[in-house]
Parts: sequence; C-alpha cells; structure tokens
Amino acid sequence: MLTPEERQEIEAELPRYPKKRAVCIDAMKIVQRHRGCVSDESLHDVAEFLEMSRDELDSVATFYNLIFRKPVGRHVVMFCDSVSCWIMGCDRVREHLSERLGLQPGETTPDKRFTLLPIVCLGACDRAPVMMLDWELFQDLDPRKIDVILENYK
Amino acid sequence: MPTETPLTKNIRPDLAPTDLKAYESNGGYRGVRKALKTAPAEVTNTVKQSNLRGRGGAGFPTGSKWSFVPVGKESPRPKYIVANGDEMEPGTFKDRVLMEGDPHQLIEGMIIAAHAIEADIGYIFLRGEYTLAAKRIQKALAESYEAGYLGKNIFGSGEHFELYLHISAGRYMCGEETGLLNALEGKRANPRAKPPFPQSSGLWGKPTVVQNIETLCNIPHIISNGAEWYKKLSHTPNGGTKLYGASGKVKRPGLWELPMGTTIREILEEHAGGMQDGLKFRGLLPGGASTDFLIEDHLDIKMDFDEVQKAGSRLGTGTMIVLDDKTCPVGMCSNLEHFFAQESCGWCTPCWSGLSWVAQMLEALEAGEGKPEFLEQFAFQTRFLAPGNTFCALAPGAVEPLQSALKYFRGDFNRHIQEKRCPWR
Repeated sequence: MLTPEERQEIEAELPRYPKKRAVCIDAMKIVQRHRGCVSDESLHDVAEFLEMSRDELDSVATFYNLIFRKPVGRHVVMFCDSVSCWIMGCDRVREHLSERLGLQPGETTPDKRFTLLPIVCLGACDRAPVMMLDWELFQDLDPRKIDVILENYK
Repeated sequence: MPTETPLTKNIRPDLAPTDLKAYESNGGYRGVRKALKTAPAEVTNTVKQSNLRGRGGAGFPTGSKWSFVPVGKESPRPKYIVANGDEMEPGTFKDRVLMEGDPHQLIEGMIIAAHAIEADIGYIFLRGEYTLAAKRIQKALAESYEAGYLGKNIFGSGEHFELYLHISAGRYMCGEETGLLNALEGKRANPRAKPPFPQSSGLWGKPTVVQNIETLCNIPHIISNGAEWYKKLSHTPNGGTKLYGASGKVKRPGLWELPMGTTIREILEEHAGGMQDGLKFRGLLPGGASTDFLIEDHLDIKMDFDEVQKAGSRLGTGTMIVLDDKTCPVGMCSNLEHFFAQESCGWCTPCWSGLSWVAQMLEALEAGEGKPEFLEQFAFQTRFLAPGNTFCALAPGAVEPLQSALKYFRGDFNRHIQEKRCPWR
C-alpha cells in the first residue's frame, strides 16, 4: 500500500502533465525516497495508482539507472567510470572504494550501510575523478580524500 | 579587444547561482520584454539571421527548426518547448555550469522560444544526477512565477506560459530528442521514427521543439542585441560564442566561453595550459565521447561545425577529451564502447548487438586475447553502424571514436594483438 504521504506527493506531480502515466518515473522516485528502493509490491501499487499494467511500469523501472529495484544501503556511493574519469584514474578510485568498503560494484555491506555502484559521466570532467554519495557530487578524488569523505557517512 | 562572454557573464568561479535580482540588474529579462512586443515570426527570423546552430551536438540551425512549427489560430494546441538538460555525453560538462550558475538565463531563453513558436507549456528535462542544478532551477522558477514572468499573462503581455522542471532517472538515450519525448511521457526512452518530426508531432502528438540548454541560453542575448552583433562574436560564419572545455591530462582542465571558431591549439595550449609535465599530446575527441579523434595535424583548425567536420570529426558539444602518450588509446576505446553498449536502449538490433560485440572485442584486446581478425571485424562494424542503418544517432556516434582510432592509432591495436597484452600496463 502506498502511504498517504506518498499518494499526496505523487498527486502533486499530476497537474504538470496531461496524462497520468507521465508521472510514473517521479512516482517511483518518491517511493524510493521513502523506502530505499522500488520493491515488487511498491511497483504493483504505483502501477495500480497510475492505471498502468505492472509489466509496463517495470519496463520503465528497469530502463533507468537511478531507479533501484533491489534494496540498497543507507548510503549509495556511485563512482564515475566514464572516459575522462578513466583517463584520470577512476580504476584507483574504484579499487580504493572496494577495499575500504569491502564491496565489489553492485554489492551492499552486511550492515546495510553502503552500496557501491558505477555511474556514467557526472558532468564534472574538469575535476575528474569524481563520485556521488547520497546524490552529492565529490570531485578531484584521491584515496586520502575518499577516506575523509567516508568518515562523514555512518 | 576583450572578448564578450554573454553566456557566462553572470557565472562566478565558485558557481554560486545568480538570483532574480542579480540577473535583472545585469540586463536580464530585457530580451524577453523586447521579444513579447515583437511578432513571433520576426523573433524566429532574428534567430535565423544570427546563424545560431544547436549546441547539443548536431548543430541544426535553431531558427529553421522553429520555422517548421505550425503557427497561427488553426495550429494544434497545446504546443511545447522542451529544454534538453540530459547532459550525459561523456566528457561534457557545459550545460551543468549554465544551469547551476545562471538558471534565469535558461528560463528567459525558454520564454522567448515559447513566444516564437507560440508554445503554451515548457519542460526543463534534467538528468537525475544533476541535483544541485535541480535545486537552483526550482528556486529560479519560483522566483519567476512570483514575479509574473511565468504563468498567466506573463509580463502583462496577455500571453500565458507554464514552465515545469522534469527530473529524469538517468539514461544516455534521454538526450536523444525523440527518446527524451518518450521519457517525458513516462516511457522507456526509445527513439521514435522520423518523420513525423517533433515540430509537427512531438509530446503527446503535439508540436514540440526540443533545444539544448546552451542553445536556449543564447536566445536572450540575440534578441537583446540583434543578429548582427551576435554574428560578430564569432570568428567564423557559425554565429556567437561557444562554451569550450578540456578534460584529461592537461595542466588546467576547465570550461571557457570563447568566440565560435577558436582554434583547438588556442583552447588546448592557452586556456588548458598544454599537457601535464612529462606527457605528450596524442589526440583528442573534440566534442564528447561520440566524436572522431583528431590528432596533432588538426590543432590549427577552427572549432566550429563546418571546420571540424572538414577535418573528419564533429564539433559535438565542444568539450574536448585529451589523450596523452601514457594513456592507452585501445583502453580508451574500450571504455567508450563499454559505455555506448551499456547505454544502447536495445530498440534496434545493429546497435545493441553490434556495440556489445565491439565492446567485448576491445575488452579482449586489453586482456591480451586479441586476434588479427578483430581489426576486420571493427572495420565491418563501423560501416555496419554508420548513419542510416540504425534508428537513431547513438550507434553511428558510438563508432566514431573507434573508426578514427583505427586510422590514427593502428599500430597500438597491432601491438595489443602481437604482444598479447596491453603495452601500457
């Protein structure tokens, strides 16, 4: 069941579009903000609310990189692995993050604190390598800087 | 003579946003006031005369694009104007700066474009990762609504224009014009067949114009100062200034607003400070990941649509990615094709199948498992994925860096095969 709060937030998006289904991405992001991911059950509820079929909505959900269909940790670390960051050493960033967090990309720590994911170009190529942590951009990364940043995310 | 920088004059080095008051005190919302007193066709005509070409990569003349939209009392309603802020071309970081640093400039450009094509509704389509830009655009929209610049009876003109922010959820295909329209309608961002073109049948089947952020940010200045002034900003017949960028191992990576047609050498050597100490220049992608490599022979060409095309590449987004002599060109291609294979929407077979094949062969080369026949296969795939064979421009763009790497860095490919390893590792 969608919570009254979730329903209200989704309804607030509706007037901006002539068709209900146009808000489906917003709706899934709303659910994800409240619950961390879009579970099968949430997907069903959103589809019903927007008068779409479940499969139709799932085809949208699985298309977009930022909709999580599986549970993620409290903090999501997304390191850029596109070309400018690759030239500037994103492999080192990935290796250091993997070592520090004990994770391969796509995994979540057993205490559900961190999930590590690759992400495409974050549009900060002049400050490469970069990453996003909980939707905030961090630039000019090196191992020491990463250690300092991670300390703030318990 | 100091260069004029209309697009970035309000943008501070720390990218602190320009609010409504600061924007207006520096000449902001003057162009739109002028435009609203001018007939729509005349606004379109001024933009046509300015020789502004789209800054998203394709370089289509903006005024011409607008002129295909049906106008007048009989035209279908509502009509839409959409700003493409799905900047996801690897190596590109110009639209983010414009949206974060001066969101009102974009809003003003959109209101003028809306007036020209008689659009009722606008959307700013923003990629989900641009969270700071989202906050700043939201705030700027609220300020503009509050001031009566958006909504009903804008600027007391009797015209109405609603403008909304749509935050997407991450996928390269959303940057493709028709993929973006599907995404806005709440669908997978697969491309649509053209024709019909969006100008006649776009969002929900209504006339729609989609423009890149940088393109729209040029509009207020063209209307305020005129087409002749705009043309004079440029070193070439393509009008205006251009945001140029450089990333990779140069001394000072960054973004600069310079006259359109500034040479690659000036951008690379004067603005980016040349290569980092101990490194030599080997080549660059002039305008993002989906453009052909250029090499030392090309440094004196002017970075505009026509000149870069003559040199065998594309201006693209104008943000160059620089390859140095200690970075493996085959590894770079492998990274690029992995990206394109991953971001292919899967709609047409040559793209999803061809690109993943290419990406796998490049990965094998890097792992020392390359075979001589790979080179023939690369050549075949780059022809097979050329324009006209796929639904949209993703695959043809994707093979541009590869086809040119095969030309300029063939020895490096051969070494990977002969030595059964990546010589840079």
